[in-house]
Amino acid sequence: MRLSRGGYLIREGFRSITTHSFMSFASVTIIMACLIIMGSVSLLSVNIDALIKDLENQNEIVAFVDDSISDEDEARALESAVAAVENVSSVEFVTRDEAMDNFMSNYDDELMEGIDETVFRHRFIIHLTDIALMAQTKANLEAVTGIAKVKAHIEYANTFVTIRNIVSIVSLVLIVMLVFVSVFIMSNTIKLATFGRREEIAIMKMVGANNGFIRLPFVVEGLVLGMLGGGLAFVAEWGIYELLTGKLMGTLTGSFITVVPFSSVALTVLAFYMGTGILVGVFGGVNAIRNYLKV
Amino acid sequence: MVRMTDVTKVYESSGTVALDGVDLSINEGEFVFLVGPSGSGKTTIMKLITGEIHASSGSITVNDFDMMRIKRRKLPKMRRTLGVIFQDYRLIENMSVYDNVAFAMRVVGASGKEISRRVPYVLELVGLEGREKRLPGELSGGEQQRVAIARALVNSPRMIVADEPTGNLDPVRSLELMLLFEKINEMGTTILVVTHEKELVNAFSKRVITIDGGHVISDGMDGYYSYEIE
Repeated sequence: MRLSRGGYLIREGFRSITTHSFMSFASVTIIMACLIIMGSVSLLSVNIDALIKDLENQNEIVAFVDDSISDEDEARALESAVAAVENVSSVEFVTRDEAMDNFMSNYDDELMEGIDETVFRHRFIIHLTDIALMAQTKANLEAVTGIAKVKAHIEYANTFVTIRNIVSIVSLVLIVMLVFVSVFIMSNTIKLATFGRREEIAIMKMVGANNGFIRLPFVVEGLVLGMLGGGLAFVAEWGIYELLTGKLMGTLTGSFITVVPFSSVALTVLAFYMGTGILVGVFGGVNAIRNYLKV
Repeated sequence: MVRMTDVTKVYESSGTVALDGVDLSINEGEFVFLVGPSGSGKTTIMKLITGEIHASSGSITVNDFDMMRIKRRKLPKMRRTLGVIFQDYRLIENMSVYDNVAFAMRVVGASGKEISRRVPYVLELVGLEGREKRLPGELSGGEQQRVAIARALVNSPRMIVADEPTGNLDPVRSLELMLLFEKINEMGTTILVVTHEKELVNAFSKRVITIDGGHVISDGMDGYYSYEIE
C-alpha cells in the first residue's frame, strides 16, 4: 500500500468520526459507561481486599520466650531464629517490663499493686505473610528452641480467610459477568453504528475496493473512539473515586477503615481502560463490517 | 468480453429459477440493451457479470475472468475492469462530487497527481464541470446519475454495466443520458444497459437482447424492443 493511500485511509477514518458524529458520540458514551461500571466494581473489590488484608495484619501471633531465659539480651537473640521461620513477615521483641506496662495500662493500678514484672515473660509480636498458614506457622514457631508457647487466634484467621475467599470469588464472578455484558453492549453499539454504512461499503466493493482498503478506516475509527472512550472513562473514574472516597473518609474519621489511593492503581486502571477501549473499538468495528464485506 | 454458456441460476432460499440455460456474448466495443419485463432475469444477469452472485451451472467469462472459478480475493481486480451504474445512483452521500469520483481511483491505488488530472477531465466529459464541491443531495437526479457515470468511467474500464440507469429520470434526462452512453461507447468502451424502457431502446439503433422467464427470447441488431411488457 502506498504511503499516500495509507494517509488517505487514515484521514478517512478521522473524517468518518465527524461525519457520523452522533454514532461516534453514542459509541464513546457506551464504551465509557461500560468501562466505568466495570472499573468501579473492580476498584470496590480492590478496596475490600485491601481492607481484609489490613484486618488480617492486625491479627498478630505472640510467641513467649521460655521462663528459663530471663536475661533480656539472651531473649532478644532469639529474634533471628523467629524471623527465619517461614511465613513470618515481621517480628517485634517486647521485654517483660514493656509487657507489664502494656498490661497494666488496661487495668486499675490498685488491682495490679504488688505484681512483679517477672510474672511476665519476654515475648515476640509476630505478623504473618499469609494468615491462611497460621496453624502451620504456629507449630514451626513452637519448635524454635527458647520459645515456650505461641498464642495465635487460628479461628479468627480462618474466618478472615473464608471472608477473603468469598469476596474474591464474588468479585471475580461479578467482574467477568460485567466484562461479558459490557463487551456485548459495546460491540452491539458499534454494530449499530456501522449498520447505516453498509450501503457505503457495498459501493466501495462495487468499484473494486479490496477488504483491507475498506477495513482500515474502520480500524482507525475504532482505535480513536476506543482510546477516547477509555481516556474519558479514566478521567471520570478518577473524579468519581476521589469524590466518593473523600466523602467516605470524611464520615469515617477515626475508624480503622482506609481506602486505596487512586494514584496507586491509576496506571493499571488507565492501561485496562485504554486496552479494553481499543480492543472493543477496533475488533468491534472490524467484526461489525465483516458481513457487509461478503459481497 | 462477456461470454455466458448454458447459464442457470437457481436462488436456493426460494427455489426460484431466475435463469435457465442462457447463452449470450457481448464483444469488445459493442453497445447492448438487455431488456425484458420485471422478474425476467435481467438483474440476475447483471449480478452474475459483476460477481455479486454465482451461477448454479454453466460457464461465464467476464473480461477474461472465469466467474465460475474466481476466488473472492480476486473479485476486486475483476470489478476494476467494469464500471457499474445503478438506478439509485449509489453515491456516498457525505462525499463531494469530486470525492465520489476520486474515490474510485483511490481504490485502485492511483496517485494524487493522476487523480487531480483525471477527475476534472471525466467530470467535464459528463457535463458536471463547476459542480465538483457539491454534495450528491444538492444535485438533480440526472446530475447524480452523471456523477455515477463519471465514477464508472474514471478508471477507464473495458465495459460499463448500467442497471436501469434511467429508472429515476424524466424522458428528456433519460435521452440525454443515453446520448452520453453513446458518446462513451464511441470512445471505445463497451456498454451494457439493462432497462425495460421500450421507447428509449427504440430511439437508438443498437443491439437488443430480450430476456423473459430466464430465457433469451431474442437477440437482434435491428435496435427494436418488440417485446410487450404488459
